[in-house]
Amino acid sequence: MEIEKGLKYTKEHEWIRVEGNKAYIGITDYAQRHLGDIVFVELPEVDDEFNAGDTLGTVESVKAVSDVYTQISGQVVEINEELLDNPGMMNKEPYESWLACIEFTDTSELDQLMDAEDYKKFCTEED
Amino acid sequence: MKDNALIFEISKPGRKAYSLPDCDVPKQNVEDLIPGEYLRDTAPVLPEVSELDAVRHFTRLSQLNHGVDTGFYPLGSCTMKYNPKVNEALSRLDGFTQIHPYQDETTVQGALKLMYDMDKMLSEITGMERVTLQPAAGAHGEMTGQMIIKAYHEHRGETQRTKMVVPDAAHGTNPASAVMAGFDTIEVKSDDRGGVDIEALKSVMSNEIAGLMLTNPNTLGLFDENIKEIAKIVHQAGGILYYDGANANAILGISRPGDMGFDVVHLNLHKTFSAPHGGGGPGSGPVGVKKELVPFLPKPLVEFKEGSYYLDDDRPLSIGKVKSFYGNFNVVVKAYTYILSMGADGLRQVSEGAVLNANYIAHKLKDKYLLPFDRVCMHECVFSCQKQKNKGVSTLDIAKRLLDFGFHPPTIYFPLIVHEALMVEPTESESKESLDEFIKAMRQIDQEVDTDPQQVLEAPHNTSVGRLDETLAARKPVLRWMPKE
Repeated sequence: MEIEKGLKYTKEHEWIRVEGNKAYIGITDYAQRHLGDIVFVELPEVDDEFNAGDTLGTVESVKAVSDVYTQISGQVVEINEELLDNPGMMNKEPYESWLACIEFTDTSELDQLMDAEDYKKFCTEED
Repeated sequence: MKDNALIFEISKPGRKAYSLPDCDVPKQNVEDLIPGEYLRDTAPVLPEVSELDAVRHFTRLSQLNHGVDTGFYPLGSCTMKYNPKVNEALSRLDGFTQIHPYQDETTVQGALKLMYDMDKMLSEITGMERVTLQPAAGAHGEMTGQMIIKAYHEHRGETQRTKMVVPDAAHGTNPASAVMAGFDTIEVKSDDRGGVDIEALKSVMSNEIAGLMLTNPNTLGLFDENIKEIAKIVHQAGGILYYDGANANAILGISRPGDMGFDVVHLNLHKTFSAPHGGGGPGSGPVGVKKELVPFLPKPLVEFKEGSYYLDDDRPLSIGKVKSFYGNFNVVVKAYTYILSMGADGLRQVSEGAVLNANYIAHKLKDKYLLPFDRVCMHECVFSCQKQKNKGVSTLDIAKRLLDFGFHPPTIYFPLIVHEALMVEPTESESKESLDEFIKAMRQIDQEVDTDPQQVLEAPHNTSVGRLDETLAARKPVLRWMPKE
């Protein structure tokens, strides 16, 4: 299982790539493996506002429908529309396949998240 | 002839299954009768087959079907029990099939009495005050229950109660029904014994809580022993406790949702009360409520006064109708037949048998398949195929391999909180011999994971088609046959 260094991770198996005051959010390799082949994705809309813990979007695989959460509060400034036509990208390249990008102001929320090392331990405990 | 040819593919131009006499009235052009904009430009491409072609085609398709009449069907959470044929015979009595919903009440007293008695019997079984028979199936019952809860809070002026609590082990229909009725949902986690996490539940309580939707036994097949405390917590916060009756087959005649503290209950007559599922007919999802919620039930209810039964529409606080006429009446007749033929002792035996069968399977397989919550279960048991997955064979592969043994696969990948979940609900219908056959097949598959994994990975082998590409089917569905250009 692949865990990319330099990203932040959540207990719900999302990754967050921070660039300045922007956070790109996707699902981890662990998540896509457990979901199986992803066949549908629902994204938020640009300008949507979210609080930490809100449902950002939905991912549907042949097994189940799962919510994708944001642990960062802020406003959506960009969505990855490519995923709508090709949701299987999340299986092939989970760390390239961000769902949405959120512009945030509260950096303290980032401190609540795991780094790659902690996330690796967390996944071992989950199995 | 191709074994799985579509009827379109066996079509031959000019072949037909009818022979009509010459027309004895003057013919008219359709264009003269119907405006051009409503007429299609090209003739529809319909299959041209003989009567025998059509009969063989559909008979063969019917033989490809797997039903509870053909084999074991341990589809967890669905209660695929045997549907006794006496139910069918009684539901086809002229007095039930030859009546019309607009008929005068005095001429349909038998049907009204049946509905009235069914309300009473289901109320007694669940510990509720009154029951509506209108909802057409389980999720429809859930939504009806949610609408009743909403109407109750609004009537009391508590319009701020907009949040419905749903545990993470819930059936997916629960949060969906709550949202359909206009609530926001809050998820609470399960604890390490598979029950509702009491502390997590307490932490979400407030005066914005409309209620809690709970299945007991839950989708892990486990009875939540904390139910009295859960009810107290929800009631103290002013919430209503909703019972998802999908798993009611575990508790008949043993415990009642009403006594556990639930205020609203739905039942699936097509699960617990032996009416057929799916292709066998529509469902029926009656909803029962405690006394203070009765005014909000859908209307009409059947009442009895001065020696006759009548439909009471004079219910000003009712949420209204949720289904045309009186629900799927014919399904209610089947369930009514079942309850009367089983009797009170018989219904208790149903649940005892269902629980015994599930525990037998759990006990006989848990050395090979991980049982994440290793407790005495109720009517179903949830395994995890994690050990097999670690060797490269997934739950899906195991489920597909079971087809080769003539079994319908169990529910897989549900509940979501168990990795590689495989959920087995044998029901009380099955004999020890059929359970043993299933256990033997499951043990053989586990062995094949070590000795001959390809056998499992490439399954099924004995079915009319092999492994279907479910991903391709979901991403690029072909929903209908299209003629070649």
